[in-house]
Amino acid sequence: MIFEWLNPLLIATALLLAVIGAVRRVKLWRAGQPDQVDLIAGLMAMPGRYLHDLHDIVERDKYMSKTHAATGGGFVLSALLIMLVHLLGIDSQLLAWALLASLTLMFVGALFVFKRRLNPPSRLSKGPWMRLPKSLLAFAGGFFVLTLPAAGMLSDGFMAQAGGALLTLLLTALIIWGMGELFFGMTWGGPMKHAFAGALHLAFHRRSERFGGGRSTGLKPVDLTLATEVGVLGVAKPTDFKWNQLLGFDACVQCGKCEAVCPAFAAGQPLNPKKLIQDMVVGLAGGSDAKYAGSPYPGKTVGEAQGGPNQIITDGLLAPETLWSCTTCRACVEECPMMIEHVDAIVDMRRFLTMEKGSTPNKGAEVLDNIIATDNPNGYAPASRTHWAADQNLPLMKEVGEAEVLFWVSDGAFDMRSQRILRAFVKLLKAAKVDFAVLGDEELDSGDVARRLGDDATFQNLAKRNLAVLSQYKFSTIVTTDPHAFHCLRNEYNDFGSDALEGVEVLHHTTFLNSLMQQGRLQLDPFVGGKVTYHDPCYLGRYNGEYEAPRELLRSMGIEIAEMERSGYRSRCCGGGGGAPITDIPGERRIADMRMDDANETGAELIAVGCQQCTAMLEGVVEPRPQVKDIAEILVDQLVDSSAHVLAQEVH
Amino acid sequence: MQPNSSQSHNLNIATLVSVGKHPQSGRVRRADQDSRAVELGLRLTADNPAGLTVLHAGDPAEPSLRSYAGMGLAAIKVLQLDPAADAVAPLGEQLQQCGADIVLTGVRAESGEGSGMLPYQLAEKLGWPIVPRVADIVAVQEGVAEVLQALPRGQRRAIKVRLPFIASIDTAAPAARQSAFGPAQRAEMRVSVIPAETDTVRQSWDEAVAKKRPKRLKVIKAKTAAERFKAATAKSQSEGGRIMKQEAVDEQAQAILDLLIEEGVLR
Repeated sequence: MIFEWLNPLLIATALLLAVIGAVRRVKLWRAGQPDQVDLIAGLMAMPGRYLHDLHDIVERDKYMSKTHAATGGGFVLSALLIMLVHLLGIDSQLLAWALLASLTLMFVGALFVFKRRLNPPSRLSKGPWMRLPKSLLAFAGGFFVLTLPAAGMLSDGFMAQAGGALLTLLLTALIIWGMGELFFGMTWGGPMKHAFAGALHLAFHRRSERFGGGRSTGLKPVDLTLATEVGVLGVAKPTDFKWNQLLGFDACVQCGKCEAVCPAFAAGQPLNPKKLIQDMVVGLAGGSDAKYAGSPYPGKTVGEAQGGPNQIITDGLLAPETLWSCTTCRACVEECPMMIEHVDAIVDMRRFLTMEKGSTPNKGAEVLDNIIATDNPNGYAPASRTHWAADQNLPLMKEVGEAEVLFWVSDGAFDMRSQRILRAFVKLLKAAKVDFAVLGDEELDSGDVARRLGDDATFQNLAKRNLAVLSQYKFSTIVTTDPHAFHCLRNEYNDFGSDALEGVEVLHHTTFLNSLMQQGRLQLDPFVGGKVTYHDPCYLGRYNGEYEAPRELLRSMGIEIAEMERSGYRSRCCGGGGGAPITDIPGERRIADMRMDDANETGAELIAVGCQQCTAMLEGVVEPRPQVKDIAEILVDQLVDSSAHVLAQEVH
Repeated sequence: MQPNSSQSHNLNIATLVSVGKHPQSGRVRRADQDSRAVELGLRLTADNPAGLTVLHAGDPAEPSLRSYAGMGLAAIKVLQLDPAADAVAPLGEQLQQCGADIVLTGVRAESGEGSGMLPYQLAEKLGWPIVPRVADIVAVQEGVAEVLQALPRGQRRAIKVRLPFIASIDTAAPAARQSAFGPAQRAEMRVSVIPAETDTVRQSWDEAVAKKRPKRLKVIKAKTAAERFKAATAKSQSEGGRIMKQEAVDEQAQAILDLLIEEGVLR
C-alpha cells in the first residue's frame, strides 16, 4: 500500500476528535442541576440495561430489533477490532478474520437500515438520518477491503497492483467518511450521538427503578424552599433540568415512536414529543431548530425556534401551548426505545409556568384557585362532599376509626355521572360484605390535577393534609374507583415522610373486585348483550401496570372482549388526563372522538371503562356511539342477589 | 383599555387589600374585589411598577396577603395594627404620606365588619372625591382620570374625575390574574407598627355569620320567550323621583337636600 502509515493516523485522529467531542458534550450536560446517581453502579449496570430493558422495547418492532442488533453489535465489535488490527497493528489472522466477520454483520445490518430508509414512514426524521445507512455501508465496506490483506485473503501488493493510487484514494475516502460519521459524529452531534449519549443515559437514568422490569411513574416533588433560596420553581431554562435529564434528551434517536402514539399530535394539537425532545437538545446546546428534519408541531413552522442553555425555554424555544397540550398519558414514554422521560420534562416546565409565571391557560387558574380554597376543582362547598351518599348509609372513618378497607371516594363525589359509578361500587362492596368505611368530608382532592397543571405547592399541601387524616385511622387496604387518585396515593404520596400508608395496599376497584370474584364473594349472572370492548385508562395501565384485572372481571361474566387495535400498554388516551380538558388547547380533532373511532372499529356496543374521567370524556362524544359504562356498573347489573337486584333498579 | 405610558408614567397608585373569605369554604383568600383592584393597579402601572403601592392594615403574617403578592408584587406594605384598632386614621395618614394619585379599594370586605364604609371614611378624611363601583380606569390625562362606573345589567357610566381620588372596584372590573406560588413566597412584607385608636364602637358588637335573607319566590308571569327576555334585560323602572336637568344648580342642590332630610339621612 502506498499510504500504509495513513490509516492508523486517520483512526487515531478520528478517535482523538471523538474524545474531544465527548468532553465537550459532557460539559453541556453538566450545566444541568445535580442529581443523586450512583455513577459506578450505573456504568456497571449499563450493558445489562442495554441488552435487556432497552432491547425488550426495540423488540416490539422485530425488523428494527434484528437490524439494530446486527448493525450496532457489528459496529461495536468492529470498532474494537479495528483498534487492535489497524491502530495497534496486531498481526493476527484470527483477529483479522473476526473483524471481517463483524464488518460483514454490520454491513448486512446497514443494508436493512438502507432498505427501511428507501421509503421511510413519516415518523422518522430525515435530514442527516438519511445519510446514516450510507455512512454505515461506507464504514463497513471500506474497512472490509482494508482488512482483507491482514486476513491473508489478498497479498499486500495486490492493491497497489490492482487499483493503485485510485483504489487507495477511494478506500481512504470511504474510511474518512465512515469514521467521520461513526467516531467523530458520535460526540459532535451527528445521528450516531444516540449511541454515546444513549449508553450514558442508560447508565445514569433518573428513574433507575424502571430497569429490570420495574415501574417508576410518580412525579418527583419540587423542593419548595427553592422559591426563596434560588428564586425559581420548576424548569425555566435548560440548565434548570437535572443533568441526567439533559443527557436523556441527547439520547433521542428521532425514531418518532412517540410521535406515532401521541394523542395530542394525532389530534392536531401543537405537540410532538419527538420535536419537544429535539428542542430541548437545541436548548442545551444552543442554536435554532432549523436543522430539525422531522414532523413539526402541528400548525407550527420549523426553523423559528431559538434557544440556549441559559435562555427561558418558553421565550422563543417552545410555545407554552405545546406544553399544555400533553395529557400526561405516558404513551410516548412507554414507547420510547431510549426510555426518555417526556412527561417529567413537560411537567417540570409547566411548574415554572404555573408557580412562577402564573400563566396556566384557560380554566387552569380558576380550577387551581378552587382546589386551594375548597379542596375540589369545581369550588363546591367542602361540607357537601358526602351529599351523594345521603341514602347510602356509609360507615364514616371518623365514627368507626377502623375498617378493613378504606374506600377513597375521590372528587367523583361531586359529579352526577361519577356518582353512578360510586353507587355501583358501594353496592358491590355491600353485596360482598366487605368491612369498609369512607373518610367523608375529611377526604380532600388527591392533588392529581394540581400536580399535572404544575402547581406542586398545592399538590404537596393536599398530600400532606390527606396523609395527616389517613394516619389517624386503621385500615389495611385503600380502594378507589379513580385511577388518578389511585396513582397519587400509590406512587406519589410516599415522598412526604408520612407512615400513614406504610403496609397499606392501595388498589384500584377493578383489582379489588377481581380478588373478591376469585374468593367467590360476588355471584354474577353471565352478561347477555352485544359486543364489549375495554378501554385501558392511562393511569391504571401504563402508570400502574394493571391490564389484567379489569379484563378478568369482564371475562368472569362470560364477556369475550373485542380488543381495540390500541389496547393494553398501547392504549390511546381518552384526552382527559394531565388537566388537558381544563387547559383545553385547540386542535383539529378531539382526542375522545379518535378513541371512540377506535372503539367503533371493533363493532362493540358497550365500552367498559375503569375510570370516571375516561367515562366523562368518552360519553362526551356525540351519538350514535357505543354505551360507556364503568366495570363496576356492568358488574352491578349482573349481580345475583335478590335484594341487590331491586337496589340496582334504583341506581339506573 | 390601558392608558399609554406617557400619561401614566408618574401615576402613583395605592391599592388597599383586605383578608377575603371564600363563600363556600369560609377559608381566607384574596378578596375578589380587592384582587381586581390590585389587577387594575398593576395594569395602570405596567410601565412603572414602582408606582403601585399595595397596602394592608392588619397582621403581616396573614397568609392571604401572599396570594395578593403572587400576582407579581415585589412587596406589600403592612401597617401592623392591633386587631381591635380602627384602620381608617392610620390608612389615611399613610395615603397622604405616600402621595397617592388614585386609591383603589374593594366595594366592601368579605370578612370582618364588611360595612363598605372604609372608602367613604377615607375620602372624608382626605377630602378627596370617591367614585364607587368602578369597572375600569380608561385613561389619565393632565390630572384628570376617565373612569367607567359599573351600573346594573352591564351598563357603564363614563365619569371624569380630577386626581387625587378614591375608587372602589366593582366585580365588573377585569378579573385578577393568577396568583403564582413562587413570587408569593418571595414578596417582601414591609411592616410598620402603628399605634392606633381602638374601635370602641365595634367592641360592643356581637359578630355572627351573615345569612342571606330568604327570597320571595319569583312567579314568572311572562308567557313567551320575548317577554322573558324583556324581563331579564329591561332597566328596572325607578319609582318616584324627578329628573332635573334644566333647573338652576341651587334648585337641584335644594332638591337633593330635601330628599336627604325626608329620608332621614340628614337630621
